[in-house]
Amino acid sequence: MADSLKIRILVRPKAGILDPQGEAVRSALPALGFGGVGTVHVGRLIEMEVESTDEVDAMCRRLLANPTIEEYEWEVVG
Amino acid sequence: MRIGVTIFPGSNCDRDALYAVERIGAEPVELWHADADLKGSDAVIVPGGFSYGDYLRPGAIARFANVMAPLEDFARSGGPVLGVCNGFQVLAEAHLLPGALLRNTGMRFVCRRVRARVETASTPWTASCEPGEVLTLPVAHNEGNYFADPATLARLEDEDRVVLRYLENPNGSANDIAGVCNEGRNVVGIMPHPERVSDEALGSEEGLRILRSVLAGARV
Repeated sequence: MADSLKIRILVRPKAGILDPQGEAVRSALPALGFGGVGTVHVGRLIEMEVESTDEVDAMCRRLLANPTIEEYEWEVVG
Repeated sequence: MRIGVTIFPGSNCDRDALYAVERIGAEPVELWHADADLKGSDAVIVPGGFSYGDYLRPGAIARFANVMAPLEDFARSGGPVLGVCNGFQVLAEAHLLPGALLRNTGMRFVCRRVRARVETASTPWTASCEPGEVLTLPVAHNEGNYFADPATLARLEDEDRVVLRYLENPNGSANDIAGVCNEGRNVVGIMPHPERVSDEALGSEEGLRILRSVLAGARV
């Protein structure tokens, strides 16, 4: 694509949703000697090149995130 | 009666489901993911497995497969649809069932037999069961932790739409939910695998209690 935009989409568990992956990481860090770690959430980073950002929200809502359990945000990075 | 079984890349309980359909005396129909129709199926089972490698989220890619368009029409017009395990995840992603299946709270794949209570006989997939009947069924999943927001959970309970409930919760599922149905009651999703206990050679035939129900009911 000639004039493509690079975008970065962050998908993560909605606030208040149980996040077993984050919890597993949170409990693993002290075991490795890393102290002072509070809440941990694990999400998903999606990078893509698009011709236009018009449909990014629709992509997020229909496929990339599940609105029942996840929230998303995105930005143009290049 | 013709019972279709959808087959996605990565489905791995499709053969078992087709075999179980034979066991209840119905005609099994293979529904390939690229098919554009349900080949005259009177009911459809979306089987377990790891459709499309569980990439993104379990069921997220499968729900856009070709065969899902006629399946959604069939479900919305009252046709009996049963999602088992990954099939339940696919139906939730397709918004044919409420809620979502999260990672098990124990962060482990759970593969064992569990006891689950049939909470309602008022679905085509439990019509032959007694409400309150306890079945011992295999579960095998990494994302079986049922989640729905509090209002949805309350509605499911009020409307008698919890179909199966664990006696010992294996995955952190809200309200010990092992299966739910849609508003029309014709679409049911359950995490336990009835097709894996469809023959005494597999150790039990208890799964046939569920699968045979659909023979009696026809369309609701």
